Amino acid sequence: MSSHPTQPQSEKRLGRATALLIWLILALAVASSAYALRHWWSPPLINSEAAGIDRLFSVLWILLAAVFVGVQALLGYFVFRYADRGEGRASYEHENLRLEIAWTALPAVLLVVLTVLGGGLWLRVQGAAPPEAATVQVVAQQFGWTFHYPGPDDRLGPIRPMDVAVGNPIGLDREGPGADDVVAGELHVVVGQPVRLLLTSRDVIHSFYVPELRLKQDAVPGRVTEVWFTPTQPGVYEIACAELCGAGHYLMAARMVVETEAEYQAWLASQNR
Amino acid sequence: MTQQLLQQDRRSAPPQGPARPGFDGSGPGGSAPGGRVPRPGPSPATTATWWLLAAVAMLFIGFTSSYLSRQAGADWAAIPMPPILWLTTSLVVASSGLLEWGRRSGRRGHPERQAAAVSGAAWLGLLFLVGQGAAWRELARAGLFLTSNPHAAFFYVLTLVHGLHILAGLIWLLVAAARIRQAHPQAAQAVASGAIFWHFVGTLWIYLWVLLFWL
Amino acid sequence: MAVVQAQLHEERPLSFWRRYIFSLDHKVIGIQYLVTSMAMALVGGLLAMLVRFALGWPEASGLTPASYMSAVTMHGTIMTFFVLSTALTGGFGNFLIPLQIGARDMAYPFLNMVSYWLYPVSLVVLLASYFVPGGPASAGWTAYPPLSVQGGTGQALWLISLAILIIAFLFGSLNYITTVLQLRTKGMSLLRMPLTVWGLFITAILSLLSFPMLLAASIMLLFDLLGGTSFFLPFNIVIDGGQVTAAGGDPLLYQHLFWFLGHPEVYILILPAMGMVSDIMANNARRPIFGYKTMVLSMAAIAVLSFLVWGHHMFVSGMHPLLGTAFMATTLVIAIPSAIKTFHWLATLWRGKLRFTPQMLFSIGFVSVFVTGGLTGLVLGSPALDMYVHDTYFVVAHFHFVMASASLFGIFAGLYHWFPKMFGRKMNERLGRIHFWIALPATYATFFPMHFAGIGGMMRRIYSIEFYDYLARFEGLNQFITIAAFIMGAAHMLFLVNFVWSLKYGERAEANPWQATTLEWETPSPPPHGNFGEELPEVHRWAYDYSVPGATTDYIPQTVSPRPVAAPGP
Repeated sequence: MSSHPTQPQSEKRLGRATALLIWLILALAVASSAYALRHWWSPPLINSEAAGIDRLFSVLWILLAAVFVGVQALLGYFVFRYADRGEGRASYEHENLRLEIAWTALPAVLLVVLTVLGGGLWLRVQGAAPPEAATVQVVAQQFGWTFHYPGPDDRLGPIRPMDVAVGNPIGLDREGPGADDVVAGELHVVVGQPVRLLLTSRDVIHSFYVPELRLKQDAVPGRVTEVWFTPTQPGVYEIACAELCGAGHYLMAARMVVETEAEYQAWLASQNR
Repeated sequence: MTQQLLQQDRRSAPPQGPARPGFDGSGPGGSAPGGRVPRPGPSPATTATWWLLAAVAMLFIGFTSSYLSRQAGADWAAIPMPPILWLTTSLVVASSGLLEWGRRSGRRGHPERQAAAVSGAAWLGLLFLVGQGAAWRELARAGLFLTSNPHAAFFYVLTLVHGLHILAGLIWLLVAAARIRQAHPQAAQAVASGAIFWHFVGTLWIYLWVLLFWL
Repeated sequence: MAVVQAQLHEERPLSFWRRYIFSLDHKVIGIQYLVTSMAMALVGGLLAMLVRFALGWPEASGLTPASYMSAVTMHGTIMTFFVLSTALTGGFGNFLIPLQIGARDMAYPFLNMVSYWLYPVSLVVLLASYFVPGGPASAGWTAYPPLSVQGGTGQALWLISLAILIIAFLFGSLNYITTVLQLRTKGMSLLRMPLTVWGLFITAILSLLSFPMLLAASIMLLFDLLGGTSFFLPFNIVIDGGQVTAAGGDPLLYQHLFWFLGHPEVYILILPAMGMVSDIMANNARRPIFGYKTMVLSMAAIAVLSFLVWGHHMFVSGMHPLLGTAFMATTLVIAIPSAIKTFHWLATLWRGKLRFTPQMLFSIGFVSVFVTGGLTGLVLGSPALDMYVHDTYFVVAHFHFVMASASLFGIFAGLYHWFPKMFGRKMNERLGRIHFWIALPATYATFFPMHFAGIGGMMRRIYSIEFYDYLARFEGLNQFITIAAFIMGAAHMLFLVNFVWSLKYGERAEANPWQATTLEWETPSPPPHGNFGEELPEVHRWAYDYSVPGATTDYIPQTVSPRPVAAPGP
C-alpha cells in the first residue's frame, strides 16, 4: 500500500522538464512583451485629458509584470526544487500566521493605492466638460455614425429616431433650434479645443471608440451619454464601434478629423444645413 | 417538480437491509446515513425547502428591481386593479389559515382532519388560480393586454410566474395530503415542507399585489 | 463488500436503462454530466477553431459576418453554460460530493436525475436553433437587448434553452447544498471537508442565488422578443439638445440583471476548480494544503464579494462615475482572496515531495494561467484603464486565462485524478504528460498575444480587421494566434483519445492508487451502488494528513482514528 507509484529518478527529471517549460514560457512572455512595446502597443496619445490613463497604465503594467515574473519564476523553482527525490519526507508545516498576514496585507495595501489612484483618475476623466467645450451629438446606428453639430445658435435641435427619413438620417426636427444644425458623416474637431460628445443610438447599443483618445463610451438607445476630450494633434483618426451591434459590427467605422479653427470653419461652411 | 423534493424514490435507494439502519428512510427525508449520530436541527426536506425559497426570492427580487426601475419610463401608465384581486388575495389568506388549522389538528391526533385541510388548502389554491385567470379576462375586456403598457406587461408576467409557483405548491400539498391518508412515513416531512412553501408563495402574492397596485 | 454486491444482483436487477440511462445513482449521473459536457466541448471547441480561422484568414474560413457572429455567440454560450458549468458542478459535484462526505447518494436522487435530463433537453433546444430560419442566436453570449430582440427564432430558442438549463442548475444546487448540510457521515464536520467539497458547496450556493436573476431577465427578454412587450426596449425616443424627453424601457436594466448573475457565474466556473486543484496538489506534493481555514475563508469571501462587483462590466455603459468608483473598490478587493489562494498553493509546493502525475501538471498549469489572467483583472477593474481596453482583445485574453483555461485545466486535473475512481482504470500517464506539455505552451501562445492586440486597440467580436487601417499591423499576429489555437485544440484531442483508450485498455486501478486520504479512496474503484460497505466510514481527522511526522506511511486516511497513527488503515 505504501509502495511508491513512480520512480524518484523520473520524478526528478519530470520536475526539471516542467520547471524548464514554465521558465521558457515566462521568458517568451517577457520577450514578446518587449517586442510588443515597440510594434503592437497603444497608438500615440492625442488627448490631453488622458495623459493620466497612460501613466497609470505604465505604472500598473510594470507592477503586474514584476508580480507575474516573480510568481511564475517561483512556481518553476518550486517544481524544480521539490520534486520527489526518493528520500526524506515532505514538510508537515501547514500554517504560518505571520506569513499569511504578510501576504494578505501586502496586496491589500497595494490595492488601496491602486483604488485611490484609479478612482481619482476616473472621476477626473468622467467629470463635467469645461464650459467652453464645443458640443457634438453623435448618433449611432447599424452600421454607421452620424455627427450632429449645433450650428451658429449653439443649440441642438431635437431628434426623433421615428422620424428618420431619406435625407434626414437622425430624424432631426428642422423647425426651431434645429434649423441651422449641421449633420455630417465625419467628426471634425478643432485642435486644442475641448469637445463634448453627446452619444446616443437609433437602434441597438454601440460604443464610440477612438484608440488615440483612450476613450470609449457606449451609445445607448433611449439615453444620452457624455464624454469629453481635448485633441492635441491634427490629423485623421479612425472611429470604431466597440460594442457588438450585429453582423456589420466589424465595418462600423468613421473618420475623426482634427484640424485648425480655420479649417474647421471652412469645412462647416461647406456642409449643407 | 416540487413533489420530487419530497419523495425518496424507493427504487433509487441503494441496497438496503437490516444491516443498514437509518438508510431506508428511517431518518428524516429518508436518507440519514447509518452510523451517523442524528444531528439536531432541520430535516433535509426543510433545509432544501428553505434554500428553494431563497432561489425563488432572488427570482422575484430580480423582477422587483426591474419593476421599480421600469416605472421611470415615460410610457408608464398605471392600470386599474381588477376588483377580483380582493377575492383572490383573501383566498390565499384563507388557504394558509386552513392549512395551519389542519396541521394543528394533525398534531392533536386527527390525521383525517389534517388530510382534508391540506387538500382543502390546495383546492383553495386552485380557486386562486381561476381567480387570477378571471382578473386577466377582466383586464383584457378593458382593452389592456400584455403589450398595452409596461404596467400591464408586469402584471401579466408576474401573475404568470407566480401562478406557476402556486401550481407547484398545490401539487406539493396534494401529494402531502395523499401521504397523510396512506400514513406514509414521510407524511409529516411532506406537510411541514409543503406548508413552508405554501405560506411563502401566499405571502409572495400579497407582496406582489401591494407592489403592483398599492405602491 | 461481496455481500453487498451479491445483494445488489439478487435484489435489484436493474435494467440497462435504469442503470445507465435513467439512473438515480449520483456516480452515473456525474459521469453522464461529464460525458455530455465533453461532447459539447467538442462542439464549442470546433466553433472556437472556426472563429479563429476567420480571424486569421477571413475568406478561406467560409464564414460570413453573420455566421461568424453566431459562431462567436454559440462558442461563448456553450463553453460557459453547457461545458464548464455542467462539467464542474454537474459532473464533479455529483460524482464527488456524496463520496467525499461519506454519503450513499444525493439527498434527492430523483431530483438529481431530473436535473441531468433537463440538460440534454436544453441542449437539443439550443442546437435546434441551427435548423431554424435565421440561424442560431448571434447577439453574443450576453444577449444584450435591443440587439438580441432583433434576433428571431434562434434567439428565442437560446433563451428557452438557457431557462431550462437554469432550472437544471437550481435542482442540482438544491441537492448539493442539502446533501452537504445533511448527509455528512459521522465525524465529517464542516471543517474536515476536503476543499473540493467546499468549492462545490459554495458554488452551489452561489448559483442558487445568482441564476434566478438571469431567469428573471431571460423571461422578460423572451416576452420582449416574442410577446411585443418593452421591458428593456426604448420606444418613441425624443432627444432634445442632449436630454431624453421620452423613452420606454432601459437596455441597461438588462445588463444589470445579466451581470448580477454573470459575474458570480465566472466564480461558479472557478471555485470548484480551485477546490479540486487544492486537493490534487496536496496529494501530489504529499503535504497538507497550506492554510486550510484561510483557503475556505477566502473561497467564501470570493463568493460574497462576487455579488458586489457586477458593475465593472458596465464602466463605459453610461453608469454614474461615482457608482463606477464603488464597483472598482469591490472589484479590487476581490483580488485579495485570490492572491491569498495563489500564495497558499505555492506554499503547498514549498518543501513538498512532488509527483508529476498528469493531474499534478495540470494543477500547476492551473496556478500559472490563473495568476496570468488574474493580474490583468487589475487593469480591467480600474475604470479609467478599462475605458481604453474594454471590449478589446485584452478582455478576451483576460477571461480566457483566468476563467476559461484555468477552469478547463482544473477539469483536466480532476479527470486525470478521479478517472480511476470512476472507471476502475488509470488514464495513460505518459500521454497525459504529453497533453500537458503541448497544452500549456499552446494556451499561452494563443491567449498571451491577445493582450497586445487589445492594447493596440483591436475590438473583440469583429469578423475582420480590414476596415481599420490601424489594425492592419495585427494581421500576422492574428494568424499566429490562430495557428497556436489549432495546436491547442489538437492537444486537447490527445486527452479525448486517452480518455476513450483508457476506458478499455487503461491499467487497472486499485481502491487508492494515489495514496490519498479522502473518503472516496476508501471504497473500491469504481464504488458499488451505495458507495460504501455495510457501515458508512467514520471520519476522525481532516483530509490533509500527508507526511505526518512519526507515522509509518506518508498519508493517513480520514477514517483512521487518532490512536493507531503508526498503523494506518487499509
